[in-house]
Amino acid sequence: MYTQGLDQAEPLGDEDLSRLSERFEAKVAAEDKVEPTDWMPDAYRTLLVRQIAQHAHSEIVGMLPEGNWLSRAPSLRRKGILLAKVQDEAGHGLYLYCAAETLGISRDEMVEQLLAGTAKYSSIFNYPTLTWADCGAIGWLVDGAAIMNQVPLCRCSYGPYARAMVRICREESFHQRQGFEIMTVLSQGTPEQKAMAQDALDRWWWPSLMMFGPPDAQSTHNDRSMRWKVKRFTNDELRQKFVDMTVPQAHFLGLTVPDPDLSYNGEHWVFGEPDWSEFKRVLSGDGPCNRERLAARNKAHDDGAWVREAAVAHAEKKRSRERVA
Amino acid sequence: MNASPEPGQRSTWPLWEVFVRSRSGLAHQHVGSLHAVDAEMAIANARDVYTRRGEGASLWVVPATSIVASDPDDKESFFGLDEEFRHPSHYVVPDGVVGI
Repeated sequence: MYTQGLDQAEPLGDEDLSRLSERFEAKVAAEDKVEPTDWMPDAYRTLLVRQIAQHAHSEIVGMLPEGNWLSRAPSLRRKGILLAKVQDEAGHGLYLYCAAETLGISRDEMVEQLLAGTAKYSSIFNYPTLTWADCGAIGWLVDGAAIMNQVPLCRCSYGPYARAMVRICREESFHQRQGFEIMTVLSQGTPEQKAMAQDALDRWWWPSLMMFGPPDAQSTHNDRSMRWKVKRFTNDELRQKFVDMTVPQAHFLGLTVPDPDLSYNGEHWVFGEPDWSEFKRVLSGDGPCNRERLAARNKAHDDGAWVREAAVAHAEKKRSRERVA
Repeated sequence: MNASPEPGQRSTWPLWEVFVRSRSGLAHQHVGSLHAVDAEMAIANARDVYTRRGEGASLWVVPATSIVASDPDDKESFFGLDEEFRHPSHYVVPDGVVGI
């Protein structure tokens, strides 16, 4: 129902526009939620469509790195857990696509943008999963960082996005725990297993810090996003929170965080600068797995075409039989 | 749905709103929406998308086009009844009186 009635029938005059805009700003400032049929500035709609679609794409592409290990998980229990986690990510993508659709963009448009490579998704999913320990590091670090990012989004000013985030956060805490459990088992295992865990931490640490986005000084959307209560914390604030939370966990595992500049100042863990040129490179399509990920999505979409066609044909046939009967 | 959708395309798949009753005794509650070709697929997908952790004892799916909604622009005049006396807090109960 949300996708209907979004077209403004008559163009608004300047006076109406400023009155609506004032009312909107006051509403957001008062922590009231914006719902799909409420008037909103075009820039707010655009910002949300972009963010929610990117978030949805990240969930969908995010199935691929772990999907790589579904057939090789070390036990039936691990396989069941990994399947459930990957299935959750599909579900989270669907919640988010639905939330974006309430803003007037169609599902097909978003899917096309992803498949054509014109849409962005989280840079983290363009790194390869080389060993089983990577599944541990992803759950622990990547999902840990995602949760850090997502919990404040549960209070986002846009109702459908906030509601989707509540569901997602509720489901995602198991993702982080199962990852940490994998890391714990490996860290307490044979020297080879512990080395595998350390190697995974070495490779995933910096890309995880990059998940929070560019430094505040370079972030273009921070101000407006904060004013409109889409974001509640800046990229750097969230990154610091993540480091403060994660470093003691690495110590518990007996692993070394791959940052020679890491030190504790009595309040926070001070950390080195991520390689932002790598971040830009991966985001712009030139990471280790960008092409592979897009090719996998396109293949899945093409291979699924006959299923979509069959579903439509089946529904048509049923309907025509009902008409006859 | 339109008469002849493009093969493999799903732009014409209708939108369904999903309602879940989490356990008996509670009302169905709106949880989100999804696209499906027909009611049967909508129910199956609603189970997979919205009740992976046993959240549901019953599911409703409703074609989004069947929902009639109040006009958001009329919100104030439509709901804005100033009748405070409908609420118990409007009334002063004298000190010492209990059970009211």
